[in-house]
Amino acid sequence: MKKINFTPLISSLLAILAGLVIGFLILLICNTKEAVPGFLTIIMGPFTHGLEGIGDVLYYATPLILCGTSVGFAFRTGLFNIGGSGQYLMGAFGAVYVGLMCEFLGPVQWVVALIVACILGGICGGITGALKAYFNVNEVITSIMLNYISLYFVNMTIRGNAMLFNPARNESRNIKEVAEVPQLGLDKIFSGSAVNIGIIIAIVVAIIIYIILEKTVFGYELKACGFNKNASRYAGINENKSIIYSMIIAGAICGLAGGIAYLSGTGKHIEIKDVIPAEGFNGISVALLGVSNPIAIIFSGLFIAYLTAGGFYLQLFHFSKEIIDIIIAIIIYFSAFSLLVTNIISRKSKKGKE
Amino acid sequence: MNILYFLIQQTMLFTIPLLITALGGMFSERSGIVNIALEGIMTMGAFTSILFLHFTEGFLSGNLQLIIACIIAVVTGIVFSVFHAIAAINLKADQTISGTALNMFAPAFAIFVARIIQGVQQVQFANTFLISNVPVLSDIPVIGSMFFKNAYITTYIGIVILIISSIVLYKTKFGLRLRACGEFPQAADAAGINVYFMQYMGVIISGALAGLGGLVFVVPTSTNFNATVSGYGFLALAVLIFGQWKPKYILLASLFFGFMKAVSSGYSGIPVLLSLNISQYIYKMVPYIATVIVLIFTSKNSSAPKASGIPFDKGKR
Repeated sequence: MKKINFTPLISSLLAILAGLVIGFLILLICNTKEAVPGFLTIIMGPFTHGLEGIGDVLYYATPLILCGTSVGFAFRTGLFNIGGSGQYLMGAFGAVYVGLMCEFLGPVQWVVALIVACILGGICGGITGALKAYFNVNEVITSIMLNYISLYFVNMTIRGNAMLFNPARNESRNIKEVAEVPQLGLDKIFSGSAVNIGIIIAIVVAIIIYIILEKTVFGYELKACGFNKNASRYAGINENKSIIYSMIIAGAICGLAGGIAYLSGTGKHIEIKDVIPAEGFNGISVALLGVSNPIAIIFSGLFIAYLTAGGFYLQLFHFSKEIIDIIIAIIIYFSAFSLLVTNIISRKSKKGKE
Repeated sequence: MNILYFLIQQTMLFTIPLLITALGGMFSERSGIVNIALEGIMTMGAFTSILFLHFTEGFLSGNLQLIIACIIAVVTGIVFSVFHAIAAINLKADQTISGTALNMFAPAFAIFVARIIQGVQQVQFANTFLISNVPVLSDIPVIGSMFFKNAYITTYIGIVILIISSIVLYKTKFGLRLRACGEFPQAADAAGINVYFMQYMGVIISGALAGLGGLVFVVPTSTNFNATVSGYGFLALAVLIFGQWKPKYILLASLFFGFMKAVSSGYSGIPVLLSLNISQYIYKMVPYIATVIVLIFTSKNSSAPKASGIPFDKGKR
């Protein structure tokens, strides 16, 4: 039987512990009286609201898991997908477009909308991949540029189309309930929350990506190109194609995340402002905490969603919810030290054997 | 002519923060450390210094206040960037990870602290820094109206930083050693250079300049600080690469970006552009598309520092 390596798990848990402790200290410094109940709210947060709270966690977790899977998948194939936000926005745009313009599709409208979201996100990622493969353009920069290009493209197109644009609120129009991602009874279980089958789609996508990466030749080739481009070419792998496929898949997953988020019937509209959505960057955090393993990313996505939900309840104690972002940032910072932890653990275990 | 002067003055306002921050990024990358945290450092620098402007309003004003604020921004940037240095240099952590963490931390921290101190997240400040006429110099025909009217002292600070940076990087021992660490740190180490020290200096300089860049960005374009520098840190990263890690090209790149920003924000006041009837979003998109196109042509023989992003390991061959 294959031995499971626990070291990444330990370093992630240590990072989480460090983040929570420092977060608690910050609360303590700011407001000594309410620090303890406030911190307990972060830890217990969603559970204090019963099934609705858990449903909310699942709802928040959906885009986090998807964007995390996208970034993690790209990491594993040697690419840094910092363009998740742009791909997410393109996906959102595609889904909203189909959701508003294609009512003739009837019951399959949301399916088509999500497929279009995947395609637009995939194109966005694919451009990055193609430029990297054929022109050696650093994917980090192309992704950052594409974030802004997609932002302005989406704003321009929505504003220019009266069918899409709601001038009274400066955002995209309401999507009819038929076109929303179905809740399939999940709203009955977690009554009061906005959870829909998006969470199931997200988990399935993460598992599929895990299988592709670990159990298929295709995934092996993608990873090989990430480790060493020249060696893979020598082994007969078409390294340019691999880079492009990696980025198309990564982009499509982020696009899907955007599509699901904006077809959830929670009053989310594409707002016309010059701000890039945060989801793609949050995906980086989720992927890092989940050490780029899609299965671990499901849990890290749930964990960060859990903290985020706790942050909303924290506002009852006169703390702003940004403390959650501070805690997450500290967790990410410490998870960057995984190499150090790994070294210490391996040194300890070597000593134990001697 | 007035429109041209207006456009050039606007261009300078957008150009200078990009220039300063990108030069900061250059020092870091040239020493071998990727600093993706420029955005976060800018936010932190802008936050503390504008907090200072907010609280000294009334008994300090004008350029004295602005210069003290600049120093505060620089110090904040240094302190904040040291976290990146510890992670990237001492602990050999993944440089993009710690950079991402800093980027995430900065706006959250700024909002959190601002709420604690004053209840709302926007930090207001009074802008008393505009120099409408620089004595003597503004009387020079053409050039005087372009560069010495309606300007901020930060514009001239930015230009001084550009000149000093070029000299330090190319004409001093320090600059040569810094560049060596970014290209082949093992060889630099063998030649007796303290690579860790040089990389620390690179990151600290980038922190100082990015912190200043944050303040310089916010002061002319707004009267309050809302925990964001609108992606200028990432834009500076693009300027750095567009500028091929060289000061003179960085200047050209930031001028180009600044000009396009000025056009997109002020094109409704320019009759020629208004009559073309092009969506403002096109002007906003152009710098980014142009960057991608330029990268397509220049990336085959990229002049990026070769060891940039790879933790220095003494024993590696």
